[in-house]
Amino acid sequence: MASIELQNPARSVDTHGHDHHDDHDHEEGTFLTKYIFSQDHKTIAKQFLISGIIWAILGGTLSSLFRLQLGFPDMDMSILKPILGGWIEDGKLNPEFYLAMVTMHGTIMVFFVLTAGLSGTFSNFLIPLQIGARDMASGFLNMLSYWFFFASSVLMLWSMFIETGPAAGGWVIYPPLSALPQASPGSGTGMTMWLFSMALFIVSSLLGSINYVSTVINMRTKGMTFSRLPLTIWAFFFTAIIGILSFPVLFSAALLLLFDRSLGTSFYLSEIYINGEALPNMGGSPILFQHLFWFLGHPEVYIVILPALGITSEIIAVNSRKPIFGYKAMIGSIMAITLLSFIVWAHHMFVTGMNPFLGSIFMFLTLIIAIPSAVKAFNYITTLWRGNIVFTPAMLFSIGLVSFFISGGLTGVALGNSAIDIQLHDTYFVVAHFHLVMGSAAFFGMVAGVYHWFPKMFGRMMNEKLGYLHFWMTFVGIYCIFFPMHYTGIAGFPRRYYSFTSYDTFKTFGDLNAFISTAAIITFFAQFILVFNFFYSIFRGRRAPMNPWRSNTLEWTTPVNPGHGNWVGEIPHVFRWPYDYSKPGAEEDFIMQTVPYSATTSSNLDGEVDPVEESLTKVHA
Amino acid sequence: MFYLIITALILLLVVAGLLVRAQVLIDIFTKSSSKRAGLSNQINGFLFVVFLVFIIGGFVWISMWARKYYLPDSASVHGVWTDKQFWVTMSILSVVFVVTHILLFTFPYIYQFKENRKALFYPVNHRLEFIWTVIPAIVLSLLVFNGWKVWSAITKEAPENAVVVELVGKQFNWLVRYPGQDKKLGKHNYLKTDELNTVGIDFTDRNSFDDYMAGEVHIPVNKPVLFKIRARDVLHSVFAPHFRLKMDAVPGMPTKFWFIPTKTTSDMKTITGNPEFTYEIACTEVCGPGHFGMRMKLVVDDEDEFDAWNKSQQSFLAKNPDYLKSVPDNLRKPALQSIVENKKTTGLAVLNTLSKSVAKTN
Repeated sequence: MASIELQNPARSVDTHGHDHHDDHDHEEGTFLTKYIFSQDHKTIAKQFLISGIIWAILGGTLSSLFRLQLGFPDMDMSILKPILGGWIEDGKLNPEFYLAMVTMHGTIMVFFVLTAGLSGTFSNFLIPLQIGARDMASGFLNMLSYWFFFASSVLMLWSMFIETGPAAGGWVIYPPLSALPQASPGSGTGMTMWLFSMALFIVSSLLGSINYVSTVINMRTKGMTFSRLPLTIWAFFFTAIIGILSFPVLFSAALLLLFDRSLGTSFYLSEIYINGEALPNMGGSPILFQHLFWFLGHPEVYIVILPALGITSEIIAVNSRKPIFGYKAMIGSIMAITLLSFIVWAHHMFVTGMNPFLGSIFMFLTLIIAIPSAVKAFNYITTLWRGNIVFTPAMLFSIGLVSFFISGGLTGVALGNSAIDIQLHDTYFVVAHFHLVMGSAAFFGMVAGVYHWFPKMFGRMMNEKLGYLHFWMTFVGIYCIFFPMHYTGIAGFPRRYYSFTSYDTFKTFGDLNAFISTAAIITFFAQFILVFNFFYSIFRGRRAPMNPWRSNTLEWTTPVNPGHGNWVGEIPHVFRWPYDYSKPGAEEDFIMQTVPYSATTSSNLDGEVDPVEESLTKVHA
Repeated sequence: MFYLIITALILLLVVAGLLVRAQVLIDIFTKSSSKRAGLSNQINGFLFVVFLVFIIGGFVWISMWARKYYLPDSASVHGVWTDKQFWVTMSILSVVFVVTHILLFTFPYIYQFKENRKALFYPVNHRLEFIWTVIPAIVLSLLVFNGWKVWSAITKEAPENAVVVELVGKQFNWLVRYPGQDKKLGKHNYLKTDELNTVGIDFTDRNSFDDYMAGEVHIPVNKPVLFKIRARDVLHSVFAPHFRLKMDAVPGMPTKFWFIPTKTTSDMKTITGNPEFTYEIACTEVCGPGHFGMRMKLVVDDEDEFDAWNKSQQSFLAKNPDYLKSVPDNLRKPALQSIVENKKTTGLAVLNTLSKSVAKTN
């Protein structure tokens, strides 16, 4: 591997002769400023990642617990009493607590793991490294972004330990259930804390997103035009834009809900009679909340999946040793998805009593968004075609992601059809659909990113064999969990049900539910292979070479353990796009972005000449 | 116990660490780590083919096996249309699923790393991209168009002669009100809700005098039925799986769903071979800890049975004459008349059923 470093001409071109020139603040500062209140994007990324891992373990634990209830409804759960205390009554899980766990699982996974843990980690880590910047546009705001997230995490975690329990109305917190403390214990203090926690989370997300966008626009190195950005950056860029435009709407929805809860307003409340009392609220509309919620909620799905798709695009190209097929089409589809993601939200609301005409419009718009998604899937497959594929754990997870994205995305075509959705809405078919297409796919993107960029993060390699074991257990496991759920969905099983035994219609499928639960719990425990590998490798992994995956992008031109400021000496210039893999006529099967065309005359295509000095300066000006 | 678990975990970690260490040493010893891709690469490539067999095989097997659990053919007119849509869509999707996965999992096997081969530099092909943009677009347009036709037919206004049933969701059961013999549902006012008048019937409206509450839903077969749906406290959702019917119940915003049931309960008993068969209504919008228990029985009668049942129901006022107090003075007479009428019809209905059973025994 060491030979790669020597063969990499980028270093000889750009970094020599500028020794320790911009390196002043690295390795200085106290423990506090270096690891806790750090403004270094790499440290902040690691903070997001490790917080995300902790949240993922918690979210996974909750799902294992409620899967126990669903798979083995007759089970005696007294053994869990030391952990769950009063939530276990006579060996049975409390139904209110079941809902609380479902709610927290959704909230944690969607926001804390797949938004903060994914975007927070990889946007922060990769944007400066891959565009050639010393750090984010504002390191201070970036630090604030993490600490707002931390505060939000503390509040959310705290809400799980209060007497009335955390929020329990589903992660969508539809009022009036979430607005009326008398409607359910979870709508009391737990709900208030949920709302405050989410408000902090939104602040964190906005601070992060604004930083990502301004960094990508303003801080690219010389020669790094937009058309030379790796697809990761394109994905992070549009994800941040979606976040900036949609999260404020959730913020206002949450604010109005707080007003309804505490100040006696009637934004979402009307004509309610509860616990023997008629409430004075008139004229509000619960549907208004749903519109506001899903105006974020649907783009949120793309906030979760786009970074994962960006990461996969990069990893699949690197490990197929081929340029990503249809680079421009990939960017185009990200743009199309971004645009469309704002105008499909009401497909979550076909049967809410919304005007059926609106339903028709949203069905049409929803099925349009399937087209750019399909293009992405086909492009991934074509990138694999006639490649020279190296199966790193990251590559395995990326191929897994494409599989989930296809199989979960396809059922979206059924659900997006409002006529079909009448029967399938809020059944396990939906659960299966979104767990595959956004849950598991985004999770795989995140894990792939961890395996791929771990050497850059910690200067060491993760254990590959453990990675393989982790992948195959998880891949098989996830299909065993979610594939059968389609069938319970077709049989009409509603989601968020504590038990199905009171219905004749839903009495079937007991053995299948037990199977799903077993698969879920095994898959959950398989994740500890990753956790072990991760923490073990931080300390004991093999030392990483400079460019372990023989990749083209800029982050692999930094030292193995980059300090604050990333590059020693001048930031390298960029001369080409990031996907010159296996170019005919080239010596190696990769040419880094920092290699000028003048150094690769044998492989240049028509029109590939180095810019004259003036056009280089134009890019920077 | 606690310390035992902690000790066990630490031991497990140490053993895992040692094993990993040993494995890394073996890798270094056999020099497999210095190669760009070794045996592991071949194994992983092969496993994708194994996985392909597993997932396609599993898909086919579970689709056959789970068939016995699918809901029986739809018991409503529109349900047949949406079922057809669903299965047509799913067939198309299954083909795409199988084809894409064959490609996705065989390519890794075929094109796995070989030292002496170079990948094909193939960055773009506009014609290919055009094809796979246009084909999904066409297929999706057809699906949307069909979906839109069915959706419009389902959501158009209910016919005038539809049998009206009011369903009111509350924590944690459904309340059912019928319009009575005048076939006109009386107004409601949530402020009038109390222990007995659970749906807030407004007795200032004379249409409400003969309204009656029922413990289960009865509807006639082959007649349009209109569910008027609302909620008393939080969101609920009416889900009648056999009719492919679902509509949220929203406090402050009445919703509706109309349909034509095509199979009586006794028809379904024959079809399913289950003598205990009952139609059910479930709640599908999370509404609190009792959400999973909001079951309501629904019976589809033939026309005569429904008429007889409808006539035998005591009106709310007849059952609870105290509520005459809420009737405005000028309407008190018609209200009393309505009670008398109701007593007459219910009495006649009782007579009818009695005489029928007597006729049967003879």
